[in-house]
Amino acid sequence: MSSTIPLAVEFTGGLELLFSNQRKHQISVPSSDSKGAPSNVGYLVKWLCENLIKDPRKEMFVLDHSVRPGILVLINDADWELEGEDKYELQANDEIVFVSTLHGG
Amino acid sequence: MPPHLCQLCHTSRAQILRPKNHARLCAPCFISTFEIEIASTITTSHLFHPGERIAIGASGGKDSTVLASVLQTLNERHGWGLDLVLLSIDEGITGYRDHSLEAVKRNSAELGLPLSIVSYEELYGWSMDQVVAQVGRGGKGNCTYCGVFRRQALDRGAAGLGVRHVVTGHNADDVAETVVMNLLRGDLPRLGRGTSVVTSMPSAVGMGTGKEWEGKGRVGEVACTSVKRSKPLMWAYEKEIVLYAHHKKLDYFSTECIYSPEAFRGSARTLIKNLERIRPESIMDVVRSGIDMAKLVPNAEGGPGSGKPEAVQRDAGEDAEGGCGGSNGEDAGGEMAQMERKLQQDEQAEEDGTETEIKIPTKAVNGQRHDRDTQTSATAAALTSNVNGQDHDRHTHPPSNTTTTVPIRTKQEKKSNRKATRDTPPPKQRLGQCERCGYLSSQAVCKACMLLEGLNKARPRTGIEVGGAGG
Ligand SMILES: [Zn+2]
Ligand SMILES: [Zn+2]
Repeated sequence: MSSTIPLAVEFTGGLELLFSNQRKHQISVPSSDSKGAPSNVGYLVKWLCENLIKDPRKEMFVLDHSVRPGILVLINDADWELEGEDKYELQANDEIVFVSTLHGG
Repeated sequence: MPPHLCQLCHTSRAQILRPKNHARLCAPCFISTFEIEIASTITTSHLFHPGERIAIGASGGKDSTVLASVLQTLNERHGWGLDLVLLSIDEGITGYRDHSLEAVKRNSAELGLPLSIVSYEELYGWSMDQVVAQVGRGGKGNCTYCGVFRRQALDRGAAGLGVRHVVTGHNADDVAETVVMNLLRGDLPRLGRGTSVVTSMPSAVGMGTGKEWEGKGRVGEVACTSVKRSKPLMWAYEKEIVLYAHHKKLDYFSTECIYSPEAFRGSARTLIKNLERIRPESIMDVVRSGIDMAKLVPNAEGGPGSGKPEAVQRDAGEDAEGGCGGSNGEDAGGEMAQMERKLQQDEQAEEDGTETEIKIPTKAVNGQRHDRDTQTSATAAALTSNVNGQDHDRHTHPPSNTTTTVPIRTKQEKKSNRKATRDTPPPKQRLGQCERCGYLSSQAVCKACMLLEGLNKARPRTGIEVGGAGG
């Protein structure tokens, strides 16, 4: 058993409905993926789909193994595009926020 | 990797990658840039006049929440003297609208803006829950009822407040979706309305039942007004609206309407979002293309043959009702046309059946204000001058695009300017008001009254079968 990375993840904009209707979650993910590479955001998304999502409609969160277009990802409050997107390597206590823009009002 | 620095202040860490120009900004610089651009849309389009009383169509969702917050901020910052009110529609959808209205109430308190709520139940005698119980669930009919009812409800709500201008939270992504939907339907004449920042709908807001109309002079009973509609956020990406709400920690409600089966809009939306992931500029390019194409369509709303100021996209009454949710009836065409045909058939079959009384409460249109005379010239200048530092999309667009920049004054518009109907005119077509409720309509009975008649006759499952069978 390798070490884990503690993270704060948050789901807003309607995405929380897929995750027990709870916005904030404190989680710990393995520090490396199955191939031994350091865990990145792409790995986190896969991990969330396997471990945290409660709703069967996983396609509302992930499409084609990537975060569904229209969902914004913030890494420590910055657009993930500025941080390397799914290649960003997770650090202890990172805050990762997923915000859906897809839901109306 | 070292953090990117904000391209504006060069000191803080960049947090936002702007979709339209790939600029990297810190949150404070992003927020001020976003506000400057909305102010620019407002001033260059001469959207408001000083002291104007404006209703913000507030759903509790992200777009209208951001719109209310930004307008309040800009109004105070620039001393525009606007009299802002929140106007919400309560469709009567348990588990959806009741929750979102709570968000509107919190915003009302937070922003210190008065809130007015008009309900379908009070206006029409039917909540959407009751309509769905009547016509059945799961078909397209629900959204048609809701869209037709919403448009009138906003106008009547505005009239009740003495407001002549309603602003809605439609954003660039919404407009791009609408352009794509109209293209896919081959509905080029409708492109103009969806893509213009201002739509103007003169509407008769005489409040009364059909009975009250009988034998009475209409003049004096009916207060005709012109409720202008505009979309101050139409040049703002949905991503930036959501990020603005996030970084300003605004309180909004997000969920889907429990009755929304708008598969077609959903597909258009998915297409737009997929394009954005690959090439974010696509969204604004679709919007611009929609504007340019609208100008090429003869006799369309805003097209070359329409014979009216280019900036004012006339809604032509309710000729293009339908649609649901965020669309506010600005796009859907096909479903309503089908519904209309069916209702007309029903009407013919009924011949002169029993007169159905339409429940629309009588409300005086009072307190209408014209504050132009009281404005100070300084305030006027604030609303017409350019905002410093603006970097607005429109400025990079060819100057031939006047669709969104001509000053808006709609009261002088003549009825003869009404849009030519694309299809063969339905029976009993005429220009004027609904004979039952007084709402502006090209037909003797407006769509809402037609729908209500169907409901009140308790004809089972009318709407649904129309949507499915196609007449
Ligand atoms: Zn900055
Ligand atoms: Zn009517």
